[in-house]
Amino acid sequence: MSAVAERRGRGDDFGGEWHVYEPHKVGLPPLGAYFRALWRRRQFLFELARTSLRAQHFNTTLGQLWLVLNPVMLAIVYFTLVYIIRHGGRGSEFLAHLMMSLFAFRLVSTSVGQGARSVVGGGRLLLNTAFPRLILPLESVLVSVMRFLPTVAVYAIVHAVVGLPVGFHLLWVVPILVLFVAFAAGAAMFTGTAQVYFRDLTNFLPYFTRIWLYTSPILFYAEDVPSGLKPLLAANPMYPLLGALNDVVIEGKNPPLGYMLGGLAWAAGTVVVGALFFISREREFAIRL
Amino acid sequence: MRSVSDEAALDTDEQAAAAPDWVVKVDRLSVTYRTTVEKKPTLQKTLIRLGRRERVIREIKAVRDVSFEVPHGAVLGVVGVNGAGKSTLLRTLAGILPPTRGRVEVVGRVSTLLALGVGFNRDLTGRENVVLGGLAAGLTRDQVAAKFEEIAAFAELGDFMDLPMRTYSSGMYGRLAFSVAVNMEPDILLIDEALSAGDARFKEKSFEKMRELCSQARAIVLVSHGLRSIRQLCNEAIWMHEGRIAMRDESSAVIQAYREFLQVGESEATDEE
Repeated sequence: MSAVAERRGRGDDFGGEWHVYEPHKVGLPPLGAYFRALWRRRQFLFELARTSLRAQHFNTTLGQLWLVLNPVMLAIVYFTLVYIIRHGGRGSEFLAHLMMSLFAFRLVSTSVGQGARSVVGGGRLLLNTAFPRLILPLESVLVSVMRFLPTVAVYAIVHAVVGLPVGFHLLWVVPILVLFVAFAAGAAMFTGTAQVYFRDLTNFLPYFTRIWLYTSPILFYAEDVPSGLKPLLAANPMYPLLGALNDVVIEGKNPPLGYMLGGLAWAAGTVVVGALFFISREREFAIRL
Repeated sequence: MRSVSDEAALDTDEQAAAAPDWVVKVDRLSVTYRTTVEKKPTLQKTLIRLGRRERVIREIKAVRDVSFEVPHGAVLGVVGVNGAGKSTLLRTLAGILPPTRGRVEVVGRVSTLLALGVGFNRDLTGRENVVLGGLAAGLTRDQVAAKFEEIAAFAELGDFMDLPMRTYSSGMYGRLAFSVAVNMEPDILLIDEALSAGDARFKEKSFEKMRELCSQARAIVLVSHGLRSIRQLCNEAIWMHEGRIAMRDESSAVIQAYREFLQVGESEATDEE
């Protein structure tokens, strides 16, 4: 593979007037020019996301209703499950915790799942038009964010009904969600690239995300985890962000610095590594499809 | 191969320099790609192969040491049997495939009409696809909106513009693809086997449009098996064979030589289908 990477050429510029295409030794094109070209295509990104939402019928009333009903019903299913397994004993506050964590988790898991399909599904567009390919996984993330937003409103209602604290500390939700999105984007770029080489990735992915869901503090509180299993929790990239979200929204306090730094490290690391991996491989996509 | 600093200097120096007399310059271009034999690579197959210590990488030398220039206002035809490297060459000019060796320079906005269609999404309407295609090509929303009426009128689709493209006939599909490509004000238009779309009248209209583009000093590179189209449209032609330029001359001379070759080597040509 390294030989291919070494011989990959580069495009200076996707939209400008003077294009020079040459082989380059390292796998990466000049990043400044790349991200400028990406920024110029932002309208393309939004249009792609809008049309794919429409293709999923989310412009119809029933489609929008489903967008809200689906995650709510899923939350009810899991709440019932936990209620039975634990012989009751978990109140409405736990329902709020479960819904909030589940919705945040789904923001990441749908990004990763859609992102895996983004490049291979981009088929003809990719074979016939030169544009920064990073648009494709980013579109998956944007669609996931758009699908996530209505669930915030649903959660807000539950939050109010349960009577959880409201205050300025809730502003912490904004940076936490930004980190969630950055982490999702990095992971989507990674799966999008991997899917080009291993087309059965999307077969494994649902099992992987399900295990991830069950090992994250969503169907339980982080403090429920027996001390022997704590390392498992600490190794989970989503643990710091879910923990911070729980502290802010459910407990009504500022998140500990450790959670925020841990979340920042995972999100920044994933998005940088994911993007570099994707960009270093993207010139090869056209011949791999 | 240049160092990174050379390349950075190039961007600014050459833009400031006087405009050259060519719009496309291909300098000793080779495109080799290594690809797996299997169409859909999977982790499962990879693991099985690792167990058997098999290698299924195949190297394809699609374009070998090709150099040429396309001057302003020229229509360059490219002919050759299937697998000669014509489409790979065009994709490299469009910046979709990376060069393995050599250098390609293209001055101006490139518009492509490649063999596999324009990447239209069949579930979206013609209108939505035009917007999406224009944005993908790097235009702004306003620029696409300004061009829209022209594109719709040229494609002669009428009310079909607002219907999903899965309801289109293949002729309508091709007409819209052509209309998008030529109406994006390209400085360089790259066309691969796309002239068969539409009826005789539309074909004549598209020829006219291409001649109009050339009269504005824009350039066209046209890959086609339709030798008559090449002769009608192109002043010059390249005959590619096994990744190399076998001949470059006036289009009528190239076509004559290519026709003679096909008669002798017809079995060779059909073998490569």
